[in-house]
Amino acid sequence: MQFSSFSDFLMMDGHALYVWLSYGIAITIVIVNVALPILSRKTLVNNLARRIRRESKQQ
Amino acid sequence: MAGTKWMPRWFYQLASPRWCYEFTGKLLPWCAAVAGILLVVGMVWALAFAPPDYQQGNSFRIMYIHVPSAILAQSCYMMMAIAGAIGLIWKMKVADMVAYSCAPIGASMAVIALVTGAIWGKPTWGSWWVWDARLTSMLILLFLYMGVMAMYAAMENEAMAAKAASVLALVGLVNIPIIKYSVDWWNTLHQPATFTLTEKPAMPAEMWLPLLVMVIGFYCFFAVSLMMRLRNEIIRRERRAGWVRDLIVAYPNTGKR
Repeated sequence: MQFSSFSDFLMMDGHALYVWLSYGIAITIVIVNVALPILSRKTLVNNLARRIRRESKQQ
Repeated sequence: MAGTKWMPRWFYQLASPRWCYEFTGKLLPWCAAVAGILLVVGMVWALAFAPPDYQQGNSFRIMYIHVPSAILAQSCYMMMAIAGAIGLIWKMKVADMVAYSCAPIGASMAVIALVTGAIWGKPTWGSWWVWDARLTSMLILLFLYMGVMAMYAAMENEAMAAKAASVLALVGLVNIPIIKYSVDWWNTLHQPATFTLTEKPAMPAEMWLPLLVMVIGFYCFFAVSLMMRLRNEIIRRERRAGWVRDLIVAYPNTGKR
């Protein structure tokens, strides 16, 4: 551990803004890259399931 | 295609959307677990346990996301261009889908590299942005990704869009060595490569080990995101195929097996 206390860790020796901003942006973009495919998969599968149900009713 | 014996069997298997879908379905949870563990371990290590740089202090911790995202942005581009070329040459549908799925991930990695680089540049160089060779070539990489994505978005016909996007991706491939050697060819503010295959890293092990963990973690994350996008794309384009219909009928909420 390079920091003596948790507040020291948060302060990053005066570089807090730069370090936490970078990590925040990176983590957000990584999470979005995982969340978006999950959401689009749900929409896609729901739409396909609805279409299949509709087609099977018509027959 | 069936007549050529020199191609290994997995190459043909990869060409089958169904085989690809099932294979990535098995691989995905493992990759996700490894990516999650490596990224969390790497980040805690990078933020709290790696020693601060003797010149840059703690702002140097930005390197642990800047370098992996920059490496990944370039690897992803090469993969996109190669997949595009395979799609062009062998008319392989899955390769087109891989190229298509690579573009948004690579673009977002280029954004991370550029933004974290700018944030890191402020305390280190005193400026958010300089028109330096490395920074400019990296910005061009982002524009290439956006160009490829625009090609797919603009063209209604998927085969035509894939062709145009692949040609653009292949032409843009010249930018990759320019990014790599920009720090050697031009006088630049940017420091040279951290990792090379031939030499030992200049920094001590307690600094580059977490970086290595982060780089591998980012690659695993890329694999996860790419496989998820690819699987969506396979289902979408193969929606008329019998096996996709069976899958949706069996699992109408998630499509998971």
